[in-house]
Amino acid sequence: MNEPEKMDLITIYILSRQYHVPAGSTILTALEYAGFKLKKGVGCREGFCGACASLYRLQGDYKLHGGLGCATVVQPEMQIVQLPYTPAPKAIYHLEELEPVPEVFTHLYPELYRCLSCNTCTKICPQDLQVMDYIQAAVRGDLEQAADLSFDCIQCGLCSARCPAEITQFNVALLARRLVGRYLAKKGKYVEDRIKEVEASKFTAGYQELQDLSPEDLKKRYFERELNNLIF
Amino acid sequence: MIQIPYYPGCTLKNKASNFETSALAAARALGLELVELPRWNCCGAVFSLSSDDLMRHIAPTNIFLRVQEMNRDHLVEDEYRLVTFCSMCFNVLRRTNQRLRESLEDRNKINDFSYLETETYQGRVEIVHLLELLRSMGWDKIQERVHKPLTGLKVAPYYGCMLLRPKDVGIDDPERPTIQEELLRSLGAEPVDFPLKLRCCGSYQTVPDKDLVANLAYDILSRAQKAGAEAITTSCPLCAFNLDFRQKEIQEKYPMFLPIPVFYFSQLMAIAFGLPQEVFGLAGHYANPRTLLATKGYLQATSPLEGGEG
Repeated sequence: MNEPEKMDLITIYILSRQYHVPAGSTILTALEYAGFKLKKGVGCREGFCGACASLYRLQGDYKLHGGLGCATVVQPEMQIVQLPYTPAPKAIYHLEELEPVPEVFTHLYPELYRCLSCNTCTKICPQDLQVMDYIQAAVRGDLEQAADLSFDCIQCGLCSARCPAEITQFNVALLARRLVGRYLAKKGKYVEDRIKEVEASKFTAGYQELQDLSPEDLKKRYFERELNNLIF
Repeated sequence: MIQIPYYPGCTLKNKASNFETSALAAARALGLELVELPRWNCCGAVFSLSSDDLMRHIAPTNIFLRVQEMNRDHLVEDEYRLVTFCSMCFNVLRRTNQRLRESLEDRNKINDFSYLETETYQGRVEIVHLLELLRSMGWDKIQERVHKPLTGLKVAPYYGCMLLRPKDVGIDDPERPTIQEELLRSLGAEPVDFPLKLRCCGSYQTVPDKDLVANLAYDILSRAQKAGAEAITTSCPLCAFNLDFRQKEIQEKYPMFLPIPVFYFSQLMAIAFGLPQEVFGLAGHYANPRTLLATKGYLQATSPLEGGEG
């Protein structure tokens, strides 16, 4: 175990106050090292849940960056604030009562059409998504492209916080993906088969099979699923 | 096949899809392969007149950069013309391009703002309306391609605002345009001149005030009919919507009014070129165009109640 005095400390600023934290920390571990007790703005710590959105600036760089607190490593002189939640309108709808048509956004998220194509959303996205492109796909009613380009969205909310047109990109994308999943995507027979298995109380065999795989084989299976024409 | 970058715009992907299918097919018949930009955004629909708000000019600039990327990626070869069909898109794109060409400061500001882009824009792209492209090929070339001349079809070409104004971005004389007339003549149709071919259709007023637009559309359509027109052509999805779909309100207000079909010029090209019926896009109309086309012998007679595409 490292002795504290041998630890390589760097200077960062959290909410404008100076702290010395171990080099190589993520924003979240740096916050904890600095004494913050994280009750909100922290989640899976694996870059998957989107709960720990953070904003930061680097020394000598005018750009405002977005990142996930759990997946962003601190750098010397970094200025950090967490933005774990962005207030956002969320339309209430019953998916069964909607149709997968362009007009669906006109009714539920009319501010979508205020998009100026400035690409500010794309600049801040910690997932490196082409946010503007999926919003523009929604503008022209291309639900499939909107769903496809937004697939890796973790709903951290930074796009919406930065958008000059005050669009809630991530909720628009969620609606697009739901409509595609419900109405437009090909139905995989394997899902029906699996549901039948579950209904027949066959729960554990599949899990056991996966648990017995080596990490390499598991990765292979994970990536192969996208090659399966039944899905995409 | 000559390959040229093509910008559809949002409306041609839904409400005016019949404009896109007919125009792409007609262009292909003339040896033009219009290659859609692989990535594109809405042009903004209306050119922003605010001189100090550059944010509004970023959307068209993105589109110009996509043309550069198509050249970089060899999707087209040294082809910086960008073809568009929609009058509104055309107007926004050409006016923005003009502004960026004239102002180094504006260009620099937008290029600096758009730092995610891999290239900067320096004014290289040339915005071309499909009608201009046809004119540059020569009307005789269009005429040569006609298999089913539209002999005896009296068509009033309607221009509206966005193709011709302001003068220095317009595709033809802003007071006495002839480009659609030339096209119609080369298709074998008879162009009908009428005094309101440049009158505004009411544009987006159609949303808050249907009645106002119905009155404007009634003036335009009835004057065209008095001049002998059996059909109207346009290159603007918004004009087409107002002139075609407001005929519902016109009929309610003026029971003597007889519906008149409103075409995109490209639909008449597709018909005259003898292309397959499915590219005509005749289902997307309010005033049924089939009866007229069938009467003239350009189309096999079908029931007016039939709603299928083609």
